[in-house]
Amino acid sequence: MTTVKDYSNDVENEWCPGCGNFGILKAIKKALSDLDKMPHEVLMCSGIGQAGKLPHYLKCNIFNGLHGRAIPVATAAKIANHNLTVIAVGGDGDMYGEGGNHFVHNIRRNPDITMIAHDNQIYGLTKGQASPTSDIGMKTKLQPHGVVNSPFNPLSVAISLGCSFVSRGFAGDVDHLSKIIGQAIDHKGFSLVDILQPCVTFNKLNTFKWYRERVYKLEETDHDPYNQTRAFEKALEWGEKIPTGIFYRTDENNSTFKDMRGLTPTPLAYLDEDIDISTLVKEFT
Amino acid sequence: MSVDLNIKIGGEAGQGLQTISSVLSKTLLRGGYNVFESQYFLSRIRGGHNYSQIRVSNEEILSKKESVDILIALDRSSIDQHVDELSGGVILIDKNEIDIEDEISSIFHVPFSDIANDVSGNKLYTNTVATGAVLGLLCYDFEYLAEVLTDYFRSKGDEVVQKNIDAAKAGYDYSQENYSQKCYFSLQSIDNTSNKILITGNEAIGLGAIAAGLKFLSAYPMSPSTGALIYVAQKADQYNIIVEQAEDEIAALNMAIGASFAGARSMVTTSGGGFSLMAEALGLAGITETPVVIYIGQRPGPATGLPTMTEQGDLEFVIHASQGEFPRCVLAPATAEDAFYLTARAFNIADKYQIPVFILADQYLVDSSFTSKIFETSRISRDRYILSADEIESMDEYKRYRITDSGISPRAIPGVAKKLVIADSDEHNEIGHIDQTSENRIIMNDKRLRKTEGLKNEIYPPRIYGSERADLTFIGWGSTYGPLKESVDILNKSGFNVNLIHFNEVYPLPAKTIQKIFSDVEKCVCVENNATGQFARVLKIETGVEISDTILKYDGLPFTTDYIINQVHERKMI
Repeated sequence: MTTVKDYSNDVENEWCPGCGNFGILKAIKKALSDLDKMPHEVLMCSGIGQAGKLPHYLKCNIFNGLHGRAIPVATAAKIANHNLTVIAVGGDGDMYGEGGNHFVHNIRRNPDITMIAHDNQIYGLTKGQASPTSDIGMKTKLQPHGVVNSPFNPLSVAISLGCSFVSRGFAGDVDHLSKIIGQAIDHKGFSLVDILQPCVTFNKLNTFKWYRERVYKLEETDHDPYNQTRAFEKALEWGEKIPTGIFYRTDENNSTFKDMRGLTPTPLAYLDEDIDISTLVKEFT
Repeated sequence: MSVDLNIKIGGEAGQGLQTISSVLSKTLLRGGYNVFESQYFLSRIRGGHNYSQIRVSNEEILSKKESVDILIALDRSSIDQHVDELSGGVILIDKNEIDIEDEISSIFHVPFSDIANDVSGNKLYTNTVATGAVLGLLCYDFEYLAEVLTDYFRSKGDEVVQKNIDAAKAGYDYSQENYSQKCYFSLQSIDNTSNKILITGNEAIGLGAIAAGLKFLSAYPMSPSTGALIYVAQKADQYNIIVEQAEDEIAALNMAIGASFAGARSMVTTSGGGFSLMAEALGLAGITETPVVIYIGQRPGPATGLPTMTEQGDLEFVIHASQGEFPRCVLAPATAEDAFYLTARAFNIADKYQIPVFILADQYLVDSSFTSKIFETSRISRDRYILSADEIESMDEYKRYRITDSGISPRAIPGVAKKLVIADSDEHNEIGHIDQTSENRIIMNDKRLRKTEGLKNEIYPPRIYGSERADLTFIGWGSTYGPLKESVDILNKSGFNVNLIHFNEVYPLPAKTIQKIFSDVEKCVCVENNATGQFARVLKIETGVEISDTILKYDGLPFTTDYIINQVHERKMI
């Protein structure tokens, strides 16, 4: 049995003390060990930002690439070797701003990967500017009059595109979050875990306390995660009450990239067949 | 007897020029001729004036010719624009379809569409009638045409095949019976047992990649590279290749890097504009030391430029793209045959040095069809330089970026063994974790740049064509090989003494080898399809060799032998 300890390493952590990222790291390690995955079976792809550093703080294969580009790398790595458990991780600026196009189009592609977004509604590593998910009115040094653009809603976008697993967790509830992440990894298809992550340094609005007063669990209500319309309605709920848990999932008729494109049982990366192009050459005679 | 015929087919986009051109070229190839087929077209789906040119010879030909012997005019513009190019030849037109008031003596009227209607019951066969009419004019063996039409239309059923053959025969007979001097030019088949192929640069690049064991190709379509993308996509199922149309070029190269990191040989296809979007990911391949092959079909820029035309304007961009300093390699094929072998080689270099490798071609090379010797797979090796599970497990510790003398760290792919593979776009330590210290930065940057030394030794010296010592030496790179080689032949036949130094591996350059080659050069001129002489500049920076004179062309069109020779004489270079 794999344990959380198997995922621990001694790389120096560069996060601020008290950061919501610690809860996310803990939840990911727990989810992976609960699924009995071995570190070498896992590939984490990340972009840039404090969230993008997460893969370095646990034992697994890592591709820490460019800002906004974790998803294309993760998708293609999964296509090349579908034996790997592939997770793309990044912040809200990374995944929804710089990488927004890849977020949208990889839901359509439906590779069997998990996307984890540390959604703290602020830019941390660039020192406190608004993010695509910042609430209207949030004042920063760069937005002195407050944010005016309406916030990007990753859940409603994903649900409207028919993303096969759409969920939200809270970094302040590690047990609940790790169960969501575990189900997301286990799900066949593109799974989204958007995580409410307080930024203790720059976001003075959406704090641990602010979230704790608002979050509730969808599974404790009569929510049916197989109903796309109801899921969409829930995704629009924000303010006094903030739902967490699994908003939407499709398990039936969910064709992944691998199913649709007929990938060979042996991963492409391991194929070493003889290549005979003589019939192709003949076509040019 | 020496043959050098030039057939031009002109018309609007959507009139089916490509079919006439392909069928004619294949038919001439099957009769043992060498064919060079080139395209000129505009960036539109219908209308405009486009043309295709087929040059036929019993000698090797690798370039297009300016003077035209037979012009098939499917529209009025074909006559207006090309009548002056005729050197006493024939214009084939259907006067029932095109208004011609002026009397041009070289016109030979063939009622293409009436014949098509009469024989095959449909105007759709007009182009096939025209194809037959050309070959009738040449008294060429009709059987080759029947065979090619059968191959070409086989998938559409026997009836369509037969109607095409009938239409072609009627056109053929019409020329035979009605052209005043029967057989304008008698083109007898010469050797139908030779192992020749007719292939475009794009197809050759696609085929080379398949032969090299390509497993993943991601791209956003962009002229003129799309032909290679489509070629691979059509053959992908047979060879277990995944071809994925990316949402943008940024995704395309990031995907190729992801697939390559996971162990699949990967490639992107694009042009300069698409590559502009890939610049950051190029650096990602550089710092993460992930092998990837980037095929760029150049067209004139900047920005959208001339989408369907040709230029060699992106060399310096490709050499310098992306922030930071890291090794890369640029290969520039001379012909379609060269493109095939160089593409396969690109994958081996990429894997050996764990770097991005470019195939830098251009619209002229990739859209033109070259007659080549049949490609030999036996000349292609697949050298992956990837550690096996046993090799990884036998190590005490696996470090993806282990410091070595060559700068090359043994490469493992993730998931093969229990040891972990860690890659990072941040500056990193030997294991792959982020390391922001200055000491580590120097060690890692030096390690990556050390790979350039090995790479330079890998680069083949330029080809030298013609005599060893010459009064004038042409310097060229990439697709200019054909017209330059022919210019050397023609000038030497006229009693001059010229030669050619041609580079198809253009970066990095082995300075000493090249300096030695140039120590024998008296007077030289660099011939490039761009406005500023980029290769001459690169050569100077990389090797110290200075070329003072240039022949440059940046009108969107390729060099012809006529153009080069005119420049040489006009500027009194010899």
